[in-house]
Amino acid sequence: MTYITKPRLHHPLLAPNALGFTRRDYEGKVSTLCAGCGHDSISAAIIQAAYELDLPPHRLAKLSGIGCSSKTPDYFLGNSHGFNAVHGRMPSVLTGASLANRELIYLGVSGDGDSASIGLGQFAHSVRRGVNMTYIVENNGVYGLTKGQFSATSDPGSKSKRGVVNHDQAIDLVGLALQLGASFVARSFSGDKDQLTPLIKAAISHKGAAFIDVISPCVQFNNHVGSTKSFDYVREHNAALNRLDFIEPREEITVDYAPGEVEIVRQHDGSILKLRKLSAEYDPTDRISAMGHLQLHQARGEVVTGLLYVDPDAKDLHDHLGTVQKPLNQLGDAELIPGPAALAAINDSLR
Amino acid sequence: MTPISAVNDFVVKFANVNGSGSASANGMFAKSILRMGVPVAARNIFPSNIQGLPTWYEVRVSEAGWLGRRGGVDLMVAMNPQTWDQDVASIEPGGYLFYDSTKPLPATRFRSDIQVLGLPLTAICNAAYSDARQRQLFKNIIYVGALAHLIGIEQEVLETLIREEFASKPKLVQPNFDALRMGREAAAEMLKPIGLKMRRSQAVGDRIYIEGNSAAALGAMYGGATVCAWYPITPSTSLAEAFTAHCQEHRIDPETGEARHAIVQAEDEIASIGIVVGAGWNGARAFTCTSGPGISLMQEFVGLSYFAEIPAVIFDVQRGGPSTGMPTRTQQSDILLAAYASHGDTKHPLLLPEDPAECFEFGALAFDLADRLQTTVFVMLDLDIGMNEWLCRPLTWDEGRRLDRGKVMTYEELEAGKDFGRYLDVDGDGVAYRTLPGVHPSRGAYFTRGTSRDPYARYSEEGPVYVANMQRLLRKFETAKSLIPAPVSRPAKRRTPHGVIYYGSTTPAMHESLHTLEQQGVHLDALRVRGFPFSDAVMDFIEAHETVFVVEQNRDAQLRTLIMVEGEVDPAKLVPVLGYDGSPITGRFITDEISRRMRGLTRSPVPQVAE
Ligand SMILES: Cc1ncc(C[n+]2csc(CCOP(=O)(O)OP(=O)(O)O)c2C)c(N)n1
Ligand code: SF4
Ligand SMILES: [Mg+2]
Repeated sequence: MTYITKPRLHHPLLAPNALGFTRRDYEGKVSTLCAGCGHDSISAAIIQAAYELDLPPHRLAKLSGIGCSSKTPDYFLGNSHGFNAVHGRMPSVLTGASLANRELIYLGVSGDGDSASIGLGQFAHSVRRGVNMTYIVENNGVYGLTKGQFSATSDPGSKSKRGVVNHDQAIDLVGLALQLGASFVARSFSGDKDQLTPLIKAAISHKGAAFIDVISPCVQFNNHVGSTKSFDYVREHNAALNRLDFIEPREEITVDYAPGEVEIVRQHDGSILKLRKLSAEYDPTDRISAMGHLQLHQARGEVVTGLLYVDPDAKDLHDHLGTVQKPLNQLGDAELIPGPAALAAINDSLR
Repeated sequence: MTPISAVNDFVVKFANVNGSGSASANGMFAKSILRMGVPVAARNIFPSNIQGLPTWYEVRVSEAGWLGRRGGVDLMVAMNPQTWDQDVASIEPGGYLFYDSTKPLPATRFRSDIQVLGLPLTAICNAAYSDARQRQLFKNIIYVGALAHLIGIEQEVLETLIREEFASKPKLVQPNFDALRMGREAAAEMLKPIGLKMRRSQAVGDRIYIEGNSAAALGAMYGGATVCAWYPITPSTSLAEAFTAHCQEHRIDPETGEARHAIVQAEDEIASIGIVVGAGWNGARAFTCTSGPGISLMQEFVGLSYFAEIPAVIFDVQRGGPSTGMPTRTQQSDILLAAYASHGDTKHPLLLPEDPAECFEFGALAFDLADRLQTTVFVMLDLDIGMNEWLCRPLTWDEGRRLDRGKVMTYEELEAGKDFGRYLDVDGDGVAYRTLPGVHPSRGAYFTRGTSRDPYARYSEEGPVYVANMQRLLRKFETAKSLIPAPVSRPAKRRTPHGVIYYGSTTPAMHESLHTLEQQGVHLDALRVRGFPFSDAVMDFIEAHETVFVVEQNRDAQLRTLIMVEGEVDPAKLVPVLGYDGSPITGRFITDEISRRMRGLTRSPVPQVAE
């Protein structure tokens, strides 16, 4: 475990953002994960994304299940409310929180065991309901916290540290998310912060269910030769579809690209996703072809990363339910209680 | 055998086939009696099936106001050949059998000690209607017409009910009138008068007639619930459906048409309670409704709610267990499951409503308690209260009543520098302040977890820190005692060393039994327990008596166990009286059981009880 004490001194490089917060203000407690764990890099990307988005930390709520990955919300955004729930059930807790107050930003952090094994049902149903959230799975192909058992995202043929070969088929969360109607689907790699940070920013700005599968090697139990979730394996097989530049609503966009190389997607909140295409034929707003592309390239052993799909005009659960704009947790007695006269009328109808 | 004769005091039971459209006709029969000013208690007995299996509807007419099941049948309306033998056998000697005599039955299928009333209903229908569905539906109305003639239900009353029922489909009014008349005329022509009679009375008063599930849903709405997450299961489904209907009526923003509520049919009960916990954490009043199997699935989350201290409300509409058990039959068999739900040392407040009026009151109160105590509160209904219409006092809501949101630290308090420790017992009542996400830019945020932590919500596995927190949770449970509705006492007319404790849907049968016992010279002080944790009044009551019967509807005497454990009561003192065959407990059963036991307890024998 690493216990690197971080000095609270102001470093000249820590420039404040538009809200006057430095990166430090988005950090959390000192991580207790293994040195080199992929999950810590994802925490760093979340911190960077929140800082760059000028996010008021208290306007975000972070929720997680149980696992090494699910511990991480304690290690970022220390000024945000956090909820480390029960194993595999973060999605339902997040759904309830989001119903209670539609104005906050909800960040769900989970692991591959948490979301693909015990929590597969809740993952699926929160996505298909269109809960307005950013859902990050820190995917290492093993149960880290219970010491290295295979998880449901382990690829068939992948070898455990003890030499056991996995024969079960892998659950592809990205494929599932696409099929279940997630309106923002991405995959990235904890070792590629430049790719990951803008994806997180775009996901947070997205309205609807945004899902990011982040391959995040477990240095303790799944980073050896023979594993398909090791740093080396992912680096060798990474097939990035695109590079994303996230442009906030208030920023100017400058047109400095040749046609066909860049795709521009304007999201609901006005933010702009500028995608430099690495795979010429790929259209990230076409869900069906995204699914086909993914299948094809995964079958070739490639780890497809980048923004796979986005529907910039997606609707969310609150739209489907037709709830009032004012958060439900702020409705006053007068808005909630029909009162004695209404009750008298109800009584009359029951005689 | 002399035919039974009774005025405004008898039991009519309808035996039907599920899905034959009898439910609304039978309901109309019961309601017409109410409209004549005579109390009724009507209960559906139905299978876990949509069509084709036997169902029964038992209507107890009782001017004296006994609303429990009495036991026995005075008039059997036997419309289901499948259950003929058992239906005929259940009639009291001297009672009446009404049946469809279109197809002649051999004398061996009847009894000599009952009065047989045969009407050729199928023949009448076949002559009047050509359409098969019409034949089936109007047959029900025709027998209601015939019964109305036999027992003396006013035609006016039935016609008014039909007009109300078909207010939106006026075309159906006249055909129903016609069918009623056909039944009346046939009965007048072919049947002799019977000894069971209705007479107009004033015994109903301003009481209302409502299902407990609907009343509980109204309670949730008045109690400020905005989030409901649920998964269908008998007998709780109609609670969520009623909440949906009530909210559509009363919880829509008049200007925008938008909903001031969010109802999610979740993928299972785990997700349901997860959504409730998430919403409760974030400051919205939230509930789920389910039955035993659902409570079993929710265990882990209930423990999280207990330990992380998150308000939640669960309506448990109990049914016959274990496992799928008797899914459409009633029991009070989740008491221990709910009281001690989850792993580790946990206990949770329970509310035990006696009827729909208390379902409403406790339904609303549960949300105040959950917020006050920051924990899961169970409202324990059962199928009998939940799914049957009960006659009860009108629902009331005081004009100025405010929702009690408990200890929530505000932006202003945080801004003023008030010390915030999420698990810090500042008031000595075991209840700490919480903050809601988003409250303040730099103060009040904390990390909620089901793992051990210190008063400032910092992770800690230190033994003393853990123990101090567990002790505070016990203090909080002590605080709960003063917030749970106090038990209701019904002292006997004479001093007696014997007492009885009862709760929930057993109440009307118990009251009738107490009356019968008293007439037989058996005196019992009675105490109706309305919640858990038990207040001192419950233990004082037990202390003050030599023997206390505990009457409930489960095999294992679950409330008795809870009392024994929590009050450290000598088991010998608490005598269980248990009716758990799935049909609502009857006054006769309780009387018999208590009499039998009393013979063993008292030296001077008590008189025999007449069945
Ligand atoms: C109901 C329940 N079952 C089992 C566990 C034990 N458990 C804790 S974490 C974990 C697996 C975590 O795996 P993953 O989500 O992949 O997280 P990682 O540690 O790999 O980041 C398990 C099985 C638990 N906490 N709760
Ligand atoms: S066990 Fe694996 S997943 Fe857990 S902290 Fe260590 S490296 Fe990370
Ligand atoms: Mg894992």
